[in-house]
Amino acid sequence: MTATDVRDRALPARIASFPFPFPTDTYRYSTNVEPALAPRSTAAGSWGEHVLHVDEHYASDSAECAALLAADPTRLQELPHMRPAAWDAMLYVMGELRRARPDAFGLDRLGGDRWRWRNALLRIEQEFTFGDDATLPSGPLEFVAPQVQDDLVLLDQREGALWADAGVVTAAADWSMRFDVGMSFPEIHGPVPRVHPEGVIDRAHQFLMRLQPGEAYRRTNWTMTVGRRLDTATETYPEWGPDRRLVLEQDLGARLHLRVEVQHLVRLPSSGAVLFLIRTHLLPLEDLARVPAWRDRFAAVLEELPEDMADYKGLTRFRSAAVAWLRGAA
Amino acid sequence: MSVPATQLLRVTRIRAVTDRVREIRLADPDGRPLAGYAPGSHLVVTAGGTRNAYSLTGSGIAPGDYRISVLRTGDDGGSAWLHDVLRAGDLLAVEPPRSAFRPELAARKSFLVAAGIGVTPILSHLAAARAWGRPVEVVYGYRPGEAAHLEEVRQLAGPDLVEAQGRVALADALRERMAVQPWGTHAHACGPAAVLDLFTATARAAGWPPARVHLEHFRAPELSPGRPFTARLRRSGREFPVPSGTSLLEAVLAAGVEVPSMCRQGVCGQCLVPVAAGRVDHRDLVLDEADRLASTHLLACVSRAADTHLELDL
Repeated sequence: MTATDVRDRALPARIASFPFPFPTDTYRYSTNVEPALAPRSTAAGSWGEHVLHVDEHYASDSAECAALLAADPTRLQELPHMRPAAWDAMLYVMGELRRARPDAFGLDRLGGDRWRWRNALLRIEQEFTFGDDATLPSGPLEFVAPQVQDDLVLLDQREGALWADAGVVTAAADWSMRFDVGMSFPEIHGPVPRVHPEGVIDRAHQFLMRLQPGEAYRRTNWTMTVGRRLDTATETYPEWGPDRRLVLEQDLGARLHLRVEVQHLVRLPSSGAVLFLIRTHLLPLEDLARVPAWRDRFAAVLEELPEDMADYKGLTRFRSAAVAWLRGAA
Repeated sequence: MSVPATQLLRVTRIRAVTDRVREIRLADPDGRPLAGYAPGSHLVVTAGGTRNAYSLTGSGIAPGDYRISVLRTGDDGGSAWLHDVLRAGDLLAVEPPRSAFRPELAARKSFLVAAGIGVTPILSHLAAARAWGRPVEVVYGYRPGEAAHLEEVRQLAGPDLVEAQGRVALADALRERMAVQPWGTHAHACGPAAVLDLFTATARAAGWPPARVHLEHFRAPELSPGRPFTARLRRSGREFPVPSGTSLLEAVLAAGVEVPSMCRQGVCGQCLVPVAAGRVDHRDLVLDEADRLASTHLLACVSRAADTHLELDL
């Protein structure tokens, strides 16, 4: 970071820790996985020190997740054989929350399979016996999902493929866990343009199947969203879809957001399932433009992005307006 | 895949399981929790200079210790060293658990077959099946007086155990039990090659779909650290050794030459470097058959020299 990179001397944490995803002026799909748990520096700061990142939106994201699950229980999907993986995922998430914020989260083994969980931010204290559903107020996925800002998808490995057999998804970028549950990894990615002839999905699939216990990798993905709206699931398209057309009217810099997913890929230890964590970060263009290197890079990426990719990401209606706004903000 | 990091674990207890099998229990020397593992996982142990893989026998759920059971197979080599030299209190170099013989979570029932020391991963599968209440049945074939972990298997399996003393009894038990398993059962077997052949033949004869029949061979460690070789960079004329266990990428980076890299597992394709001379042992998932045949490039994070020298166009 150089002095000319940053217009504001003190950038707020939401900008300084934003995972800006573009290393170059052009973007194409690739098998862009790298080992997790290493801070990555950006023009404004850094991100990625821990698997889980607890930020200023924690309480409101938690409330939104819980409210969505109450209003639409189908956001949680779990095929019956995935219960061991759900327990495994819950324990892993608790351990990672504690690792990221030992001041706010506690996980103690009381002996044998007995554990105590403490979440000071949401004032939750819970003792439980690993594997015993009766010791939790709900199933393990439902219990832990509102306590973490990531969406959780669990992939079972069998017959030479990975299958998305469980998940809690309340911040989908235009997809549906209910629709995808039980699909294989290649089936889920069927609609993505370009990636199949280039072997990107196949390589990622092979890579995930070779993940060993304890290994954690990460990648980023991105799109754009109108408003600070986490839930852009297929189920609620009528609520948010029309915004894509209305965006041009006013306040473009405040309303248009770069939506970045930090995805972690973890082989859970005892169930052998792959846990796919999806954390969504939203940054309005007016915040993004406070970092000149990001403003210029994102304008270049958007401008160059091929039509089919822009279309798949749902950017077609406002992409040129966004480029013009970014260039005008210089 | 990267070559996994080795950790030193403390031998907390050694006990004789049979005359020729001893169980070794390992824990973190500083009392830190050990990583969990999927049933059927193995540890790669550095024993007296050789790397051997041994199945872990626990359920793998938040384990308090790692337990392996080692059959003595000769008077030199790793197993003899583990029997004759290793003592409780020693430190042992192990690589983290690797999994290649997982249970099927979606199976309607698990049909487990153990023969001889092949009981070790089966015991792990059995413990996990009981912990989660999954339907299970075990056939355990052994020679009288040499049945490792028989009491534990009996205790865990209860009425769902068929014991077979000797090869003929085992063949009969397999033929009888494999004919009556419910549709959707997955079968897992571990034992000597002859028993695995018998198992697959019996499964085929009984009409089992191959995808539901799983084998664990007594295995060699996967993705070996490779033989040492000498790397030469054509443009600078520099030459340096690449030791066993060090990747070519690490060696090139250590020599101060920048090569972009990301996954370090041979899948992302970032560390592609041009080859100037020498035969390559390609171990990545990126290059296709034609690329490998041409061998103009390699992925430095996993691939190595096939011979003693390799020259890169760097």
